[in-house]
Amino acid sequence: MSELLEMTAAQQAELVRAGEVSPAEVFEFWRGRAAGDELGAYLWVADEPPAELGELPPFAAKDLFCVEGVPSSAGSRILEGYRPPYTATSVRNLQAAGAAVLGKTNQDEFAMGSSNENSGYRPVQNPWDRTRVPGGSSGGSAAAVAAGNAPWAIGTDTGGSIRQPASLCGIVGMKPTYGAVSRYGMIAFASSLDQCGPLTRDVTDAALMLRNLQGRDPCDSTSLGIPGEIPLPSAERLDGLRFGVWGLDEEGLEAGVADVVRDTLAKIEELGGAVEPVEMPNAGLGLSAYYVIAPAEASANLARYDGVRYGLRSGNGDLTEMYEQTRHDGFGDEVKRRIMIGTYALSSGYYEAYYGKAQKVRTRIVEDFRAAFEKVDFLVTPTSPTVAFKLGERTADPVAMYLSDYFTVPMPLAGTPAISIPAGLSEGLPVGFQIAGPAFSEAGILDAAYALERAIGFEGVPVAT
Amino acid sequence: MIEREQVLYVAKLARLKFSDEEIERLAPELSKILEYVEQMNRLGLEGVEPTSHVVKLENVLREDVPRPCLPKERALEQAPDPADGGFRVPSPGQT
Repeated sequence: MSELLEMTAAQQAELVRAGEVSPAEVFEFWRGRAAGDELGAYLWVADEPPAELGELPPFAAKDLFCVEGVPSSAGSRILEGYRPPYTATSVRNLQAAGAAVLGKTNQDEFAMGSSNENSGYRPVQNPWDRTRVPGGSSGGSAAAVAAGNAPWAIGTDTGGSIRQPASLCGIVGMKPTYGAVSRYGMIAFASSLDQCGPLTRDVTDAALMLRNLQGRDPCDSTSLGIPGEIPLPSAERLDGLRFGVWGLDEEGLEAGVADVVRDTLAKIEELGGAVEPVEMPNAGLGLSAYYVIAPAEASANLARYDGVRYGLRSGNGDLTEMYEQTRHDGFGDEVKRRIMIGTYALSSGYYEAYYGKAQKVRTRIVEDFRAAFEKVDFLVTPTSPTVAFKLGERTADPVAMYLSDYFTVPMPLAGTPAISIPAGLSEGLPVGFQIAGPAFSEAGILDAAYALERAIGFEGVPVAT
Repeated sequence: MIEREQVLYVAKLARLKFSDEEIERLAPELSKILEYVEQMNRLGLEGVEPTSHVVKLENVLREDVPRPCLPKERALEQAPDPADGGFRVPSPGQT
């Protein structure tokens, strides 16, 4: 069965269809890989397959996806041991397509973080260098796929939480258009930004997974699905397509990352695409708007963790003391910081100066994208300004940590889709290249990413056999 | 700059509590984050419409047909202190 380790999910499905391997054998192989994970990528691994298995290999789900009867804590101690009575629509959609849940992956608590060090349980190691972070917040999903401990995985992206860890671990990660995938059963962080998407070994697998994930859901009134088909990508050339470049002159961009991005731009031109700089005058302020809007929404969403209906309860005094003690004991430092910032930004007298202003900056960023996409088909940037950093390097400085998401935050603010594909190495560590497009341009983004993936020929996944 | 009193006030609004030592650490951290986000002030934003949501949504009505919901026992299964078919909580006390 060890030949499965080298295969993409699409190739494994092919093998099952051809009758060369049974779905149960595929499940058992990956269950063994997941159970043997030494990177801290999993918080729970399935011990047996479900009664019915289809042709798609099993997938790892970020812990914040509710799966009926399976521990689902969003990486937080406040939900330790919580077993939801229902399953997220995204997970159900994959199950309906014949893929089983392999395990629940480690993450930054409530998806708040860029290194996975804010997990309430344990950090995750980057399979390329175990002294480094895998990125976050979907760090467990990214590390598991990169290390060959899951064939593919789902995560969520609020400000970069799929694309940045995909970049740091050398795999493909895609944030779909807001509304493409149902948010029902995803433990909420910032509801106007959160979106579920694939973390996969290659672009074809991302298309295969997205095709099955997407769809309108009566249980999420903001879900729309993706209009039209999502074919498996097949483009070999980029003739006639225009790629607008943003961010190569930004302060804080590592020289080695910029080099890989420039090499990738040259490959776009070799494939017939046109490359030109594009102005995004407000996108650089995305982070400042994001760090008001996301904490504000989080402060409201996390009010539900009060020790009454589920999860932890602490304290031995009156009701207020119970609320405060429960939240004191159950939430980690970063979650408390964000609740404080969000509550402050929404409080009387400060609302207009922070939240009101951030919503206007958001409008400006939406306008930046609209103007850019009148000139070019795609916006391309580095995914992360740096390669994977050392564990512990940024934990003492929240703002330094936030800067990891500089290039990924504008897209969720505008609701637009983007993919990160591995483009090369700097200092022996993977560098991600980001391709963003207008709302619901997923099929086009996947096709462009596929052509580029073939031209790049990235083969670095350091699978430990 | 966030002062100790503001930390205590916001913590009360958010139903969080912090030790003196935690407040010492938190006040400068929050100040630094707010200082960073105040970069927004570089933009002239007069007359700009706020965006609260990127998808243009319209109200639609579904058919008003009853359907099963989560049974009460299932909803209570995860509760820290279920009692008499409900969620029991400590007394609200004197506040």
